[in-house]
Amino acid sequence: MVDAVTLQNIVKDFPVGDRRSIRVIHDVSCAVRMGELTMLVGPSGCGKTTLISIMSGILTPTGGSVDVMGQDLTRLSDRKKVIFRREHIGFIFQQFNLLPALTAAENAAMPLIAGGIPVSDARKKGAALLETLGMGEHLEKLPRQLSGGQQQRVAIARALVHEPKLIVCDEPTASLDAKTGQSVMDILRTAANDQKRAVLVVTHDNRIYHFADRILEMSDGQITGEHKPEDYVHKE
Amino acid sequence: MYKIALKILMGDTAKYLGLVFGVTFATLLMSQQVSIFIGLMARTASAIYAVSEADIWVMDQRVRYIEEVEPMRDVELYNVRGVPGVKWAVPFYKGLSTIRMPDGLTQQVQLIGVDDVSLVGICPKMVIGDKKSLRYPENAMMDQNGYFFTWPKQPVTVPRPLELNDHRLMLTSVCDVLPTFFTFPILYVSYDTALEITPPTRNKLPFVLVKAEAGQDLQELKKRIEQYTHLQALTQEEFAWRSIRYILERTGIPINFGITIVLGIIIGAAITAQTFYIFVIENLKQFGAMKAIGFTNGQLLRVVLIQATLVASIGYALGIGLTSLFFLATSELPATKGFILHWQVMAGTAVVVAIITLFSILFSLRKVFKLDPAIVFRG
Repeated sequence: MVDAVTLQNIVKDFPVGDRRSIRVIHDVSCAVRMGELTMLVGPSGCGKTTLISIMSGILTPTGGSVDVMGQDLTRLSDRKKVIFRREHIGFIFQQFNLLPALTAAENAAMPLIAGGIPVSDARKKGAALLETLGMGEHLEKLPRQLSGGQQQRVAIARALVHEPKLIVCDEPTASLDAKTGQSVMDILRTAANDQKRAVLVVTHDNRIYHFADRILEMSDGQITGEHKPEDYVHKE
Repeated sequence: MYKIALKILMGDTAKYLGLVFGVTFATLLMSQQVSIFIGLMARTASAIYAVSEADIWVMDQRVRYIEEVEPMRDVELYNVRGVPGVKWAVPFYKGLSTIRMPDGLTQQVQLIGVDDVSLVGICPKMVIGDKKSLRYPENAMMDQNGYFFTWPKQPVTVPRPLELNDHRLMLTSVCDVLPTFFTFPILYVSYDTALEITPPTRNKLPFVLVKAEAGQDLQELKKRIEQYTHLQALTQEEFAWRSIRYILERTGIPINFGITIVLGIIIGAAITAQTFYIFVIENLKQFGAMKAIGFTNGQLLRVVLIQATLVASIGYALGIGLTSLFFLATSELPATKGFILHWQVMAGTAVVVAIITLFSILFSLRKVFKLDPAIVFRG
């Protein structure tokens, strides 16, 4: 399979105090492949969020190279990184982060609006995608009028609407009940396996490990293992 | 983008109204206080502007403003009339006096004596009676504000008997004129009557009002009058501004109003800046999400500028509307009569509101521009 993301020797330090710094990522090398749902698991504070922030060009590593879709993100200016994210990466967050004043269809359309597509056209595309996710009846509802699962579906639509090749998900089922979490993971696995996208899911939720094609285990800022889901479930 | 920016702004009604209130309050405070200040200063010169027929005022060299009277010799009137370029020149009496009503109560008044024949300097807008009645000895006219001040809660009726320096006067007409800086009632009589009823002194002529011949340059005529008479000659505009400047320089009014206006700007700016800042800070995670999904700083700047423009426009319109309503509602009150909202004040306030808003959003936007979009990954 083709690599969507290749990290090589990634190091990330955060400043602490005046002249000191703390290293949170130690020489990490790994890949996220197209057509696969990759999970990144590990205890809190082990550096998972920092690593996906680096993969998506939100954080710049202290050392190493970040290749996403053949583009070395460390060589891009901040503005070009934003445009790269807009065109190639979809995000799903634990807290959904929908804009409370916008309807479900408008929220889903946000990456297209950011890309300069007229609001009405973008909204139509967002609405069409929401319908395929079973949200056809809720297009004009505001986030506060939707359940957690429905809000996460809007967030998934927002992550998919601009047809990115890489989808980065941070604890996508953490705020959902088990059944809703399973249905959200079904959608993500379809996006990976059937639509041939690279999906990276950061999670603590062992109920969803079986959706993964591959599990990367992380501890103390390092990748400590790569597992097949059935092996990792037994290991847990 | 406009629609999205406005929906985000209006999504939280309480915050949106708070922002609009801040700008409205700042606008109201600035436009109202500046207008009142201008109105007060205009009152200083209202007695001058009320004499619309005269081009030039001639007076003693020592006169510094309209309320300062230095009587000239009667012959000066004829001297002025003899200056080439003068079409006509008439005497104009102005002084303070005290009237006594039939019930024995007294009231200080501004006594104006106008030329018996031409009636130049008389207030043109009549409420009751005929201004020509002033040509008859003992007849008098009072301004409406002064009438209500003298006879509170009484309907405007004439004739009414008065007494001034043991002389009987009959109030035969009432007119509507802008109040002067000193709020005493204005009592109009003929010039001859004014000379007769005021205490005898050697000289009594305070001002000579001059009309220039057609095509006559006023500055040249002014110089000629000064050269011929050794008196002080000022155009209406010059005399008005000299009177305003005197009040500005010699009283604490401008300092007091200046402090109020500056405080209004500071308080308005603080409220607006703080509300904008809180609005941005409370929406920081939303801005973070927008940055993460691909909105550039330039696009976020546009979003906030659109929001700020709308808030500033609505707040400004409401503030100006409230100021207008205030002056409309108080237009007949003696304290605020003649006070209006000038377009220059509206324009100036608009500039200040725009600057306040711009600084507020720039201050807030620093946070957005420096915002780490990784904030969205923090639960």
